[in-house]
Amino acid sequence: MKVRAALAAAVLLGAAGPPPIGASSCSGCHGSASPLPALAGRNPSELVAILEGYRAGTRPSTVMGRIVRGFSQDETVAIATWLAAEQ
Amino acid sequence: MIARRGLIAGAGALLGKPLVARAQAQARVVVIGGGFAGATAARFLQRANRQLDIVLVETNAGYLACPLSNEVIAGERAIAAQRFDYRAIAAAGVLVVQAEATAVDPVARKVALNTGGTLSYDRLILAPGIDIAWGALPGYDEAASDVLPHAWKAGAQTLLLRKQLESMEDGGVVVISAPANPYRCPPGPYERASLIAAWLAKHRPRSKLLLLDAKDAFSKQKLFEAAWARFYPGLLERVSLSDGGKVTSVNPASRTFTTDFDTHRADVGNVVPPQHAGRIAALAGVADRTGWCPVDPATFESKLQPGVHVIGDAAIAGAMPKSAFAANAQAKVCADAVATLLAGGTPVEPKLINVCYSRVAPNYGISVAGVYRPLNGQLTEIPGAGGPSPLDAPDAQRAQEAEYANVWFRTITGETFG
Repeated sequence: MKVRAALAAAVLLGAAGPPPIGASSCSGCHGSASPLPALAGRNPSELVAILEGYRAGTRPSTVMGRIVRGFSQDETVAIATWLAAEQ
Repeated sequence: MIARRGLIAGAGALLGKPLVARAQAQARVVVIGGGFAGATAARFLQRANRQLDIVLVETNAGYLACPLSNEVIAGERAIAAQRFDYRAIAAAGVLVVQAEATAVDPVARKVALNTGGTLSYDRLILAPGIDIAWGALPGYDEAASDVLPHAWKAGAQTLLLRKQLESMEDGGVVVISAPANPYRCPPGPYERASLIAAWLAKHRPRSKLLLLDAKDAFSKQKLFEAAWARFYPGLLERVSLSDGGKVTSVNPASRTFTTDFDTHRADVGNVVPPQHAGRIAALAGVADRTGWCPVDPATFESKLQPGVHVIGDAAIAGAMPKSAFAANAQAKVCADAVATLLAGGTPVEPKLINVCYSRVAPNYGISVAGVYRPLNGQLTEIPGAGGPSPLDAPDAQRAQEAEYANVWFRTITGETFG
């Protein structure tokens, strides 16, 4: 429910605004100059599902599994919704 | 290239602006230091609030990046690939002033420049990186670094160490001394030892590398040691603090490294020396007796001088290492905090990420990650998150992390300078 409410709020707001907790670090690897998959403008539900897959260990990774465990699900939802609104 | 005269003239124009009118119109943030921390901060402040007047003060016309510079020493990479400039930052609306900051008055909120001018600020961000603590290791002064390079700031020193290795005959001994904590790039000496060993194994196979360490434990230790046993047996030897590895003096004339128990003669000697925050930090009164700068973990505002923020290698950032990734992450958090403070708001408690890759052999990379938050006045690592790559990872994952090291460098230099 929380996820859906946050996603709906982000869609309503329609702008990225200041980054939520932790979000500004992501571009250290996933910036616009990166050959890694872009995060800005991605479907937030898809991003949340990917991040939760890393957390659960059901989705393989080199480093993301180690990073996502530093964030609560509320925080990953806020980061994903902010990234979705980024240009 | 932006002409030096143009930059100074630009600064002069700013200085001529009436202070009161400027304060009413727009706040000014001065950033000192154009490395990963300072350049990122200037850029992201500009992005956070386009009304801000942002001045980046940097001594050099360009920047030579340290990450991946161990590959230059090992002959795998050209120094030109480490070189960046400030054109994109200036084009984004930041005033880039090529000058050295020689004094800070934190009460009057003014910075003095070696060009004679002064810059007033509403908030100051110091990102001066490190300076070598000349003399802290007996025998190691600036002249000694012409014989025993530190190569801990990228540039001429990097190329000198490269040249010395190329000139060394087979059967020679390379000695590297690693300092006690804290210092820039905690895994750096071990990555350097690895990549030099890889070069020796191929080009000077009868040679030896001796790593004399003032510590017992170090970053990614188990991963490095497993890789050394596999790739460089009999070639790379590390002597820990407990085993008498702490170097107590060096002698450039004889190229010797002295410990409590022994004296080692080097054909090529590399001193990773003790360091402190870049000089302007002490002049501004933001460095404490350790030589580093205590800061608030949420805003990076100095605990010693209000209105001055310190980010990157110069800051005491608790559990966060002195890395380019950390400097860039801190800069973004600090930029948001400064923009919020100038708008009269209260910055939120942040979380910051660090990821650090090391190359150990061809197609063999390892990493360590951490997530940090303020706790009891310090940036503290969040338990259960982060940590090194698994010790039992397959070679395919090591190859992937070697590639990610390059990907990360392209990304972060693009975000900072591009």
